[in-house]
Amino acid sequence: MKAVVAGGVSGLLFALGLGLGGMTDLTKVRAFLDVTRDWDPSLAFVMGGALAVFVPLRWLIRRRLSRPVFNPTFAANNESPIDARLLGGAALFGVGWGWAGLCPGPAIVNLASGTPQIAAFLVAMLAGMLLVQQVELRLRGNVPQPQNSRPDCG
Amino acid sequence: MTIGLAAALLLAFVGRSAGISGIFAGVVQPSLPERGWRAAFLVGLVVGGLVLRWLRPEAFGGALTGTPLVVLVGAGLLVGTGTELGKGCTSGHGICGLARGSPRSAAATAVFMGMAAVVVFLTGLRGAP
Repeated sequence: MKAVVAGGVSGLLFALGLGLGGMTDLTKVRAFLDVTRDWDPSLAFVMGGALAVFVPLRWLIRRRLSRPVFNPTFAANNESPIDARLLGGAALFGVGWGWAGLCPGPAIVNLASGTPQIAAFLVAMLAGMLLVQQVELRLRGNVPQPQNSRPDCG
Repeated sequence: MTIGLAAALLLAFVGRSAGISGIFAGVVQPSLPERGWRAAFLVGLVVGGLVLRWLRPEAFGGALTGTPLVVLVGAGLLVGTGTELGKGCTSGHGICGLARGSPRSAAATAVFMGMAAVVVFLTGLRGAP
């Protein structure tokens, strides 16, 4: 239950950071990615600012805490090698991000914008994820995917 | 800045990464445990969006209204399959992964930012893709 509260507060802060930084505005995102023409570099400060805060805090957390407050262990890191799946996935994601100017976080925050079109993007995104998961399940003979295969902050 | 705080809070209290594509995928995958905090995180994102709409309605811009449906569906499919294959998006690789110095995340971030820049270059028109 306490983890639920922490998750909710974290999501709220994350959304405010995305919105105040400009990531929820598709035009601004595409202007940031438009490096060859009239480049608007301001969104680099969103990622840079997040890293400037998170890198030292992460170091302190891992140094001071032997375990997370509401969980027995920190998530294990994924140290598998850089493979074609990682790079191919990142490439597909990059094409989608540049095309519409939306990545998953800002897309979810945009649900609050009152623009119904965002539902089309989110349903398609979900369909893409489920498609990959289903193909994986078939290929692996229904062995569930290990949970720690995501990049994580631990 | 508050994104860094959000990621630190999640790490300190839940011990997990604030990778949004993974959190989103985790909520819909019934086999995964810990759906509670993931669902709460997504609700928090939308509540944060409502706060933004109240404080800074211009934060959303207006480009979404003019984006053709085919672009939204096509880009959504690419983002969904890509983040599921590549195990992360701008938050998971670009912030959490880079913060811990992961070579995987550095490679993924370089590839998706590069590809996104190429697509914006090719499609040309800003704002209304």
